[in-house]
Amino acid sequence: MNITTKILYAIISVLVATAYGLTLGGIVRKIYARVHGRYGPPVWQPFIDILQTHGKRVSISHGYMFYLGPVFRLAGGLGTYLFIPVIFGSVVFSNFSMAGDLLLVMYFIFFGQLGMALGAGEGGHPYSPIGISRGLAQMSTFEVPFALSVIALAIQYNTLNITTIVAAQQGSILNWTLFTNPLAVVAAMISLLGMNMHSPFSIVLAPQEIPIGPPIEMNSSFLATLQTNRGLFGAAKLVLFMNLYFGGAAHPNIFIALAIMVVKTFLIYMFSVFVGAAFPRFRPEQSMRFFLKWPTIIGIASIILVAYF
Amino acid sequence: MNKKDINNIEKEMKLANEGLSEKERTLFSDARPTPVKPLNKYLEKFLNWARAESLWILAFGTGCGAIELRPLMTSRFDMFRYGIAPRPTPRQASVFVIGGYASIKTIKRIVRSYEQMQGPKFVIALGSCTINGGMYYDSYYTINRIDHYIPVDIYVAGCMPRPEALIAGFNKLKMQIKAGKCDGMNKYAENFDWYKENQKRVIKDWNMPDYNW
Repeated sequence: MNITTKILYAIISVLVATAYGLTLGGIVRKIYARVHGRYGPPVWQPFIDILQTHGKRVSISHGYMFYLGPVFRLAGGLGTYLFIPVIFGSVVFSNFSMAGDLLLVMYFIFFGQLGMALGAGEGGHPYSPIGISRGLAQMSTFEVPFALSVIALAIQYNTLNITTIVAAQQGSILNWTLFTNPLAVVAAMISLLGMNMHSPFSIVLAPQEIPIGPPIEMNSSFLATLQTNRGLFGAAKLVLFMNLYFGGAAHPNIFIALAIMVVKTFLIYMFSVFVGAAFPRFRPEQSMRFFLKWPTIIGIASIILVAYF
Repeated sequence: MNKKDINNIEKEMKLANEGLSEKERTLFSDARPTPVKPLNKYLEKFLNWARAESLWILAFGTGCGAIELRPLMTSRFDMFRYGIAPRPTPRQASVFVIGGYASIKTIKRIVRSYEQMQGPKFVIALGSCTINGGMYYDSYYTINRIDHYIPVDIYVAGCMPRPEALIAGFNKLKMQIKAGKCDGMNKYAENFDWYKENQKRVIKDWNMPDYNW
């Protein structure tokens, strides 16, 4: 396939993922509202919010890094997404996946946060470094169980290629990693809670104590870029988890495969939404200790189980 | 006009920032706010629709009326269904709700927060105190008319107005924005000197830049 077609397909894939991620955000807001007994905002509210922030007539910058912060964040989201095959066996949605892409994806998950840390730091507001230090510390800790779980997968499937991992899970529901290696899935799903930053681990944005944290000085188009990335990156993470642990999305008909993808990622996301609705927020040190305790032990156990039994 | 004259005029147009010490002056911008032209007719209309359907309130309670903002988030009144959401920082907010009487101490913070908001920005003044001083009309430490200090788009009269009245005010604001009538940002920039004069008349301890970028 020539490179022009490939880029065209990648653009379609990115647009679909962004739209899906933003709609998912809208649906979750609606669900939270119904739990509270409210009517809630319309499902398409995130799209209007992005238009509104883009539609500002002026914007304030604090320097070069402030410009680059949201750009790095979006690049992190794009990078994560573009190296994950969304639908197994589809040409349009295979993106740029290749051998060893799992390591690259894990790197890109970290990359956006680091770029954002540099950019937000230049904003000069005291709350943004507090948010950044919390965010980076928490990320370093939830990355431990996730990395252990990925190592367990690499040993189990003998590869770091996401497409091969998905291929190995085809055939029956019992071939999913969920059933072949449940401990690795438990460790990874707990680290997903930290990744999604819903309630027990929402110490980074924490609107009540450190008003919105890192992006506190972000305005106008800077904020709109971050909002777009939230949709794309959110979708990318869920697709990655679906591919690694829940058998991916595969069907000869592309629309049915997309529907499978939507149902699976929605259910994966609901896991962190329900946990978020049920538990209050941790303090930073509680959150970090939590990740380094049980999920890490479970992750190590999953590696030992795969390697020696 | 030669280059020297232009330089002189530019120097006069710069803000003096007299409230700041010599050292602090270098840290703040001394540029004046400038009016920004709207985009072409149809694009502006589309953006006005988006601005009206997604109103982000600056969550800063400036008086007793701020208590009326809290019930709006609860299930009884639910402002979220109108696309209204609270926002913790002025950089990201687009609507400023002045909650009732403003003391001199508060008007200083109101001016500062209002100027830090990115345009187009809208102001809803809540309660009689913001219109004519209300029951504080002869108080020595509250201002009587808020629109002498910042441009106001919608007034919600009453003491106190109920949350329903506030929601009605928000819906009126939406209609005004969609009609393209809410241009407080440009009004502020065009009449900047008049607003500054009024503000400095009441705020005696002016220890901030003349325009808070």
